[in-house]
Amino acid sequence: MSIRLEKDWVAGEDAVQRLAGNLGVYQLANAQGQILFIGYAGGNSAFGLKGVVRQALEDQADAAWVRWEVNTAYMSRYKELLMIHEHDHGVLPPRNTPMALGKLRPAG
Amino acid sequence: MNLQLTEEQELVIAMVRRFVRDEILPLELALDPDAEELDPEDNARLVAMTKEMGLYGLDIPPEFGGPDIDLVTRTLMAVEMAQHRAGLYVPCYGTFGGAGLAQLFEATPEQQEKYLFPTLRGEKRGFFGLSEPSGGSDPARAIQTKAVRDGDDWVINGGKLWISGADKAQYGLVFARTANDKGRDGVTCFIVDTDTPGFSVRRIVHTLRSARYATELSFEDMRVPASNILGELNKGFAIANDRLTKQRIPYAAGCIGVAIKAQEMALEYVPQRETFGAPLSSRQSIQWMLVDNEIDIKQSLWLTLEAAAKAERGEPFRKEAAIAKLVATEAGGRVVDRCMQMFGGLGVAKDLPFERWYREMRIRRIGEGPSEVQRHVIARELLGSSLR
Repeated sequence: MSIRLEKDWVAGEDAVQRLAGNLGVYQLANAQGQILFIGYAGGNSAFGLKGVVRQALEDQADAAWVRWEVNTAYMSRYKELLMIHEHDHGVLPPRNTPMALGKLRPAG
Repeated sequence: MNLQLTEEQELVIAMVRRFVRDEILPLELALDPDAEELDPEDNARLVAMTKEMGLYGLDIPPEFGGPDIDLVTRTLMAVEMAQHRAGLYVPCYGTFGGAGLAQLFEATPEQQEKYLFPTLRGEKRGFFGLSEPSGGSDPARAIQTKAVRDGDDWVINGGKLWISGADKAQYGLVFARTANDKGRDGVTCFIVDTDTPGFSVRRIVHTLRSARYATELSFEDMRVPASNILGELNKGFAIANDRLTKQRIPYAAGCIGVAIKAQEMALEYVPQRETFGAPLSSRQSIQWMLVDNEIDIKQSLWLTLEAAAKAERGEPFRKEAAIAKLVATEAGGRVVDRCMQMFGGLGVAKDLPFERWYREMRIRRIGEGPSEVQRHVIARELLGSSLR
C-alpha cells in the first residue's frame, strides 16, 4: 500500500458534490497539478470533508483540483502526508503553515 | 501501613489538579478532538508555569537537576495529569517535561555529554527501539535485527515496528542481536544517530491512538561506532527489561486517571438526564455501573500505589507492577465502556472525550506487554523462573 495519496484528482465543483460529511484528509492542487495545500476534516468540522473542502476552495481561488481520503485516523494521516510531501519536494505545500514535523524516508 | 496521604502529597496533588482543570481543560475545548499538541505559545506558557511550580522534568533524578519526587507521589501526579481528553498518551500535553530515555542516566560520561544533557536541555529527542515485526512481548527471542562487528564499528541490519517518536528524534536506542545466542544474552543496546546513513523511518503506522503515532524503521548497513554501545555487549536485554518493568506503573496510573475523570463525568450526568420521567441515577442498572466503576478504580489505584511504594523502597516489584498494569488497563477499559453506555449517543460522539478514551484505552491492554504477558510474569513470580 502506498503511503502517498494517489487517488484521482477531481475538479473542485464536482468534488464538493461528491464529498460527504466524513472525517479524512485532502489535497488541493492548482490547474497545473501543483499541490497547494494539504488539510484534514477533523472531529470539530462542520459537515466533515464536504464542509472543509468547500470552504478551502472558497478561500483559495486558484485551487482547481481536489483529492481526498476518508480516514478516521485523520490526524496522523495528515502529518504523514505533510512529511511525505516534504520528503518528495523539500518543502511543505505553499499554503500550509510551517510546523514541527518528523522526517520520513519512505521506500520507493 | 499508613494509607493517609502526607500533607506534602495533598498539596502537590491539589496543585496538579488545579493545573489540569484551570489550564489544560479550557485550552483543550478549542482543539481538535484528536489533537496531540497545544499551540506553541500556550505550550511555552504552561511549561513556564510547571517550572515555576518546581514540577518540570518529573522523572529526571535530582542529581541531574530534576525535582526530588518519590514514586508514590509521582504516581498520584500521573493519575491527576491524565484527567483530560488527550491525557492517556499525552498527559498535560507534555508540559511537565520528560526525562528522555532514563537508560541514559547509566550511560558513559561521553554518551551523557552527547545525548543525555542535550535531551535534558530540550535540544535533542530520543526514541526507544525494541519491538520488531516478529513481536514485542518476548523481545529476548523476537529480536532479529542483527549487528555485526567490523573493525571499530558495528553494522546493523533489520527493522523495528511500533516505535513512537523516531521521526522527530535525533537519536535512539536500538536493540540488536550481537551473538548467535537466541535468548536474552545475545542482545546489545546501541545509541544510534538518526542521521546515520542506512537509518530510515519508513512510515507511520496508523492505529486507534490519536497521539504519539507509531512508526516503522529500517536499518540497512547502518554503521555505529562501538563507543555507542549502551551498557555492556550482549547485556542489552537487562536494559530493556528494566525499562519495561518500571514503565508499567505510570502506564497503569494514566488509565486510572482517565477512569476517574470518566466516572466523575458520569456522576454529574446521570442525575440530570431523565428517561421515562425519572433521572437515570434512579435506575438500579445505572447505579450498579457506577458502583462497578468505583470498585474498578479503587482496586486499580491501590494496586498501582502498592507497586510504586515497593519500587520506592527498593524492593523487588516486578509482580506488583505486572498486577497493576494488568488490573488498571483492563479496569480502565471497563469504566470507559460503562460511562459511554450511560451517556448513550453522546458517549460515542466526538463532542465528548469517551470515544477517544475508548479507542486509546483498548491499546493499553496490548502496549507495554499485553494482559496475557502480565499474567505470565505474575505466574513466573509465583511459580519460579523455571516457568517458560
